[in-house]
Amino acid sequence: MANEADRPVGRRKFLSDAAAGTAGLVAAPNMKSPEPADRPAREQDQGHQAAPSDVALRVKALESILVEKGMIDPATIDAVIETYESKVGPRNGARVVARAWVDAAYRKRLLADGTAAIGELGYGGAQGEHMVVVENTPAVHNLVVCTLCSCYPWPVLGLPPTWYKSAPYRSRAVIDPRGVLREFGVTLADDVQVRVWDSTAEIRYLVLPERPSGTERMTEEQLAALVTRNAMVGVAKVSAPRGAAA
Amino acid sequence: MNGIHDMGGMHGMGPIEVREDERPFHAEWEGRAWGLIRAAGPFGPARRRNFRYEHEILPPAQYLQMQYYERFIKLLVDRLIAAKLLTQAELDSGRADPASPRFTPRVTPANVAEQLARRRSLRRDDLRIAPRFRVGQGVRARNINPVGHTRLPRYMRGHRGTIVADHGIFDFQDTDAEGYTLPDRAQHVYTVSFSARELWGETANARDTVHAELWEDHLER
Repeated sequence: MANEADRPVGRRKFLSDAAAGTAGLVAAPNMKSPEPADRPAREQDQGHQAAPSDVALRVKALESILVEKGMIDPATIDAVIETYESKVGPRNGARVVARAWVDAAYRKRLLADGTAAIGELGYGGAQGEHMVVVENTPAVHNLVVCTLCSCYPWPVLGLPPTWYKSAPYRSRAVIDPRGVLREFGVTLADDVQVRVWDSTAEIRYLVLPERPSGTERMTEEQLAALVTRNAMVGVAKVSAPRGAAA
Repeated sequence: MNGIHDMGGMHGMGPIEVREDERPFHAEWEGRAWGLIRAAGPFGPARRRNFRYEHEILPPAQYLQMQYYERFIKLLVDRLIAAKLLTQAELDSGRADPASPRFTPRVTPANVAEQLARRRSLRRDDLRIAPRFRVGQGVRARNINPVGHTRLPRYMRGHRGTIVADHGIFDFQDTDAEGYTLPDRAQHVYTVSFSARELWGETANARDTVHAELWEDHLER
């Protein structure tokens, strides 16, 4: 299959072209806009290039209205941001992976009941209610996607990165997982089985990557520092640090 | 519904753009937006449509063009307007109508941590319903095209797979034609494994598989 990375068109340009091509379908947002809602669609499209500041203004206005009405406390918003910026994120998942690498009994529990074993390390809650951990081996490579939405295991990986939520990833991960992996720099031999997990229901997936060789002497904490978000979604492998004996 | 959201297997969406070391929020407004959604979420209509359905019915061009948090904010605003908790005039002026009722925040700095951590399981461990399928059994994803929300992706419909796990009984998430939950439809949810060749034809690698969780109503023998 063609490697779409070779195509010289960026996603933003692609989407703005698509929107311009179907300009009549682009409904004006129901929210405050600095320009009249009935301005021509093509102008709206051009206006979208400067969207961040436009959206930022609308979000700010909405926040101040809801604060005035007493529906929200701005300190709650600060706390939500703080939670997702510093408490809930891929470092949690990395600790789960490192523990599984150094503790065979934990690894066994993790693969048998992901939710309970992840809970042992104190992680759980919304979007992690029913966790399944799938293990990469020399013969099997796992890849996680949500084609219908952007479902993602928040307690262990935090909020999803933009690429995971994007149309290119969601559309191609199921039909061309090997091409997607190549685009992320992972080339798999034909005899490695690729298992794609489409998170259609309430189960959320975490990939347990292969422990790289040359890391036998590393501590659990050092190992956790090697584990990336992308490896736990299945679009990357974990590499040994430079200088580690292979 | 057969909407733009159901994009598994589509071509032409362009390359995947990856930013290294991506942070959860790329701009201040994204964090404020996400916080607003979590803080104001409990306000809205008493009878709610499925939230994913509300995303799915956005016009396709708009769905593709809107940034993730922008889409969530639009849906929050639509909900608050529908529940008469917010007006377009207020959005246009940036000020609350002095005559509008005043509320008390439901999510507060004191309970936000507990709110964010709360499990919202749809599994119904309280019910006992015998499974219609067993692990190892061959099944076919039904060829259905409901106009409401469904968790059965188009690319699986009509294809044969194998049950590889039974996750127990969950509330059914497919909705009626208006996006409202169907009552009393809890049923077993299974992981079904499809071979890539069954789904995509002979050019797919013979070893590769695609898995999804499907409810009993999505499956037939």
